[in-house]
Amino acid sequence: MHAPLAPTTHLPIGSDADLAWVRQQVRKTATDLGFGLIQQTKLVTATSELARNTLVHGGGGHVEVTPLRAGHVCGLRLSFVDAGPGIRDLDLAMTDGYTSGGGLGLGLSGAKRLVQELIVDSCPGRGTTVTVTDWASGLPAPRTGTR
Amino acid sequence: MTASSATHANAVPVLALGDILLITLQGELHDTSAEQLQYDISHRIAHSPLPVNGVVIDISGVDIVDSFLGRILAEIAATARLLAAQTVLAGMRPAVAITLVELGLTLPGLDTALNVDRALALLGRAPAAPPPTRPEEGA
Repeated sequence: MHAPLAPTTHLPIGSDADLAWVRQQVRKTATDLGFGLIQQTKLVTATSELARNTLVHGGGGHVEVTPLRAGHVCGLRLSFVDAGPGIRDLDLAMTDGYTSGGGLGLGLSGAKRLVQELIVDSCPGRGTTVTVTDWASGLPAPRTGTR
Repeated sequence: MTASSATHANAVPVLALGDILLITLQGELHDTSAEQLQYDISHRIAHSPLPVNGVVIDISGVDIVDSFLGRILAEIAATARLLAAQTVLAGMRPAVAITLVELGLTLPGLDTALNVDRALALLGRAPAAPPPTRPEEGA
């Protein structure tokens, strides 16, 4: 595991005002860590998708924001945690266009394309944790999903 | 609760310029404000004493467009079209455009322009600033 650069910050996700606050805090942290404008924009957009999932599908929760360092490279780990119903079929949930809640079905699959690493840990009935890790390395994000 | 005063949950103003509605989005837009805007625009088009033929939404001050806001913008354009008005999305930042494409949200039904002047020109209205001097006008 990579060494934390600074203590983890917990931010609540319980309303759409919280979504706006989480986006602002993630942008500020990414800027401080040296993320470029495009990478910041992608990361904050992914944050918005995942935080909204936490709010809408998970019934609210929180995000843990942890600045990381590996050698000279700074990174950011974001864990979106809820205690909601969980995801029954993860493969289906990761499919472009699949939605359980009236959105466009791009939240999870789209967010995965915007960051370097996205891991979903979900247990039906016990909640969902989505963890995103992004490094301010200037390396392009790997194209894991279908375009 | 945790939202700072820098965010605004207030309604977004809708300005009328002749037969065009101009909406300027700035900074953080709450989900409820976006939904309210969608209603306000369709209400204005349907009930305006003067006909509304075009809608220009300026997003040059918007840092990110996620799938929620993207859906709202697409629905505003679709609703306006059914109410006989054309919508142009103006001033999208390059980083936002790159992110939307990677997200998979290319908003195929939306007309776009690089800024509000060009959006007005696209709708057949004189731009707010005079166009560059034409060669014939020199003499």
